Amino acid sequence: MPRAFTPKVVTANHLLEGDVIYLKADNSWTRELAEAELITDEADAQLRLLEAESQKDVTVGAYLADAKAGENGPEPTHFREEFRRTGPSNYRHGKQEAEANV
Amino acid sequence: MYKYNDFDHAFLAERNRQFRAQVERRIDGQLTEDEFKPLRLMNGLYLQLHAYMLRVAIPYGTLNADQMRTLALLAEKWDKGYGHFTTRQNIQYNWPKLQDVPDMLDALAKVNMHAIQTSGNTIRNVTADHFAGAAADEIEDPRPIAELIRQWTTDHPEFQFMGRKFKIAVSASAADRAVLKAHDLAVRIVKNDDDVIGYQVLVGGGLGRTPMIGKVLNDFVAQDDLLPYIESVVSVWNQIGRRDNKYKARIKITVHEHGIDEIRRLTDERFALVRPTFGGADKALFEDIKAHFASPDFRTGTTEAFDAAYEADPVFRAWADTNLAEHRAEGHAIATISIKKHGATPGDATAEQMREMASIAEDLAYGELRISHEQNVILPHVHKNDLPAIHARLKAADLATANIGLISDIIACPGMDYCALATARSIQVAETIATRFDELKLEHDIGHLQIKISGCINACGHHHVGHIGILGLDRAGVENYQITLGGDATETAEIGTRTGPGFAYDEIVPAIERIVHAYLEIRAHSEETFLETYRRVGMEPFKAALYPPAEAKVA
Ligand code: SF4
Repeated sequence: MPRAFTPKVVTANHLLEGDVIYLKADNSWTRELAEAELITDEADAQLRLLEAESQKDVTVGAYLADAKAGENGPEPTHFREEFRRTGPSNYRHGKQEAEANV
Repeated sequence: MYKYNDFDHAFLAERNRQFRAQVERRIDGQLTEDEFKPLRLMNGLYLQLHAYMLRVAIPYGTLNADQMRTLALLAEKWDKGYGHFTTRQNIQYNWPKLQDVPDMLDALAKVNMHAIQTSGNTIRNVTADHFAGAAADEIEDPRPIAELIRQWTTDHPEFQFMGRKFKIAVSASAADRAVLKAHDLAVRIVKNDDDVIGYQVLVGGGLGRTPMIGKVLNDFVAQDDLLPYIESVVSVWNQIGRRDNKYKARIKITVHEHGIDEIRRLTDERFALVRPTFGGADKALFEDIKAHFASPDFRTGTTEAFDAAYEADPVFRAWADTNLAEHRAEGHAIATISIKKHGATPGDATAEQMREMASIAEDLAYGELRISHEQNVILPHVHKNDLPAIHARLKAADLATANIGLISDIIACPGMDYCALATARSIQVAETIATRFDELKLEHDIGHLQIKISGCINACGHHHVGHIGILGLDRAGVENYQITLGGDATETAEIGTRTGPGFAYDEIVPAIERIVHAYLEIRAHSEETFLETYRRVGMEPFKAALYPPAEAKVA
């Protein structure tokens, strides 16, 4: 039996900074997972991935990552994606540092 | 140490110019990522979890003060103020921006450094015994042959696109501090019965998915034959090594599948063809290189100041007892600077710390520094009388941790905190173990015990050869840690044995504690090391401590 499709977000690394970005519903990119488009349809997911991959001047290594709907938007389901959306745990660098600077 | 000649400078400048143009073409869209990726990897630029990562080669782990200052400059100007020393004696920067990398490489070129062949399926940076040139037990300084091999491999046209990467290590002592037997190829400088110096060549070692201990391919290669011999080995493997499956592509599998005798026969056959093509330029070059590694003019004089401080200051004494090693020159010592402060990331040094280490080297240690595969920094030549002053400066720079060879001197790869390939964290596990045993105040009582941690099966953290090895895996979306015991990274190299089922993230440190307490209970006497005890009693008592029946999860 084929596995049921689980919701996804399109994620990639930014070409210049290398940091983690997510595709929004309007085809622009965000650094916040919560602002990403949560894709619930499998065929749609492939199309959205193609859209992301076509933006070669912004993205590197786009892929579909599992996510689930949370109170404030998509949330990770796997700890790898949790690290990607937060940053490393040994220093407050990456996204958590950016937050601290706000 | 080796100084670049005009050829080296011109080569590097041209290479950096090319890469700068490649980066520009990538940014303005002329190159796709598929086209650019192999180019950036050839120049040490990876894309990791949160950012790009630049891996800079530190050839055979040797640095002078200016080079160390440049590493600090890179950390400060283009990164987040620190660098990570790796198990391959390199340094990694975790946060460079793509457009800055060409400037970083130009800054490195000014001090004869680069990031070439720190990635890709090439012959990687040559590593060496970190005590090379200083150790009391070495036959001769192995760095000239390391440099010879470095020059021969750099941009070698035959070896730029091999089936897989190829790692070479060199050493010149009976004691192996360079993990020779875990390398694709290793060269050990030896003397034969007639007192003639030559090279023992080992092949087929490697960690990763299929760990193997290297085997002796040739007991004695004559000095003039070394490069053609190595070239023969690499080209035999390059031809018959498997390209159908990247997990079977390393030479360890080739040796395993064909047998060492067949590899030897093929190498000899190839050598007969290759040897005549080396016209002696390599010999002349080698003589030139050797002159660069002339040993410093070692001071003479008593060690009074050292003896007095050793007597009077218990903190200095504790540091001297763990962090010093025997030097070949009288009145001298090799000092290891621990980059393993309890609770800090193993191998990470700040820009200020790098600068201070550079200054100490310049002021008090003949201007030389080394990086060890154990992720520490070495002052290879120190007159003992200067050690109290060095220790005081290290203390001020938060670099005076007295733990070399102890349980908190942990090798840990970047793991899930940075590495795109990781399946679990390793840094946090290392930090917690070190903090825990510091709290228990047991570290010195435990004595020599090496813990090595990898965040995935690739084994950059050398877990297979740790006395206690820890491998972080992803088990159904949760971090899980496998333990191996009895690994050994020295001349008596051994792959550790798995204890049994793995442990969750919050169970791994208590599990390590149980192993260590078991050791303290069953060791024959306080001088018997963990590894000796393990070899004497075997796995069972440790298993019993790890998986007590009361706690066993009964199905
Ligand atoms: S062992 Fe795995 S997680 Fe650790 S640095 Fe190597 S590839 Fe990354």
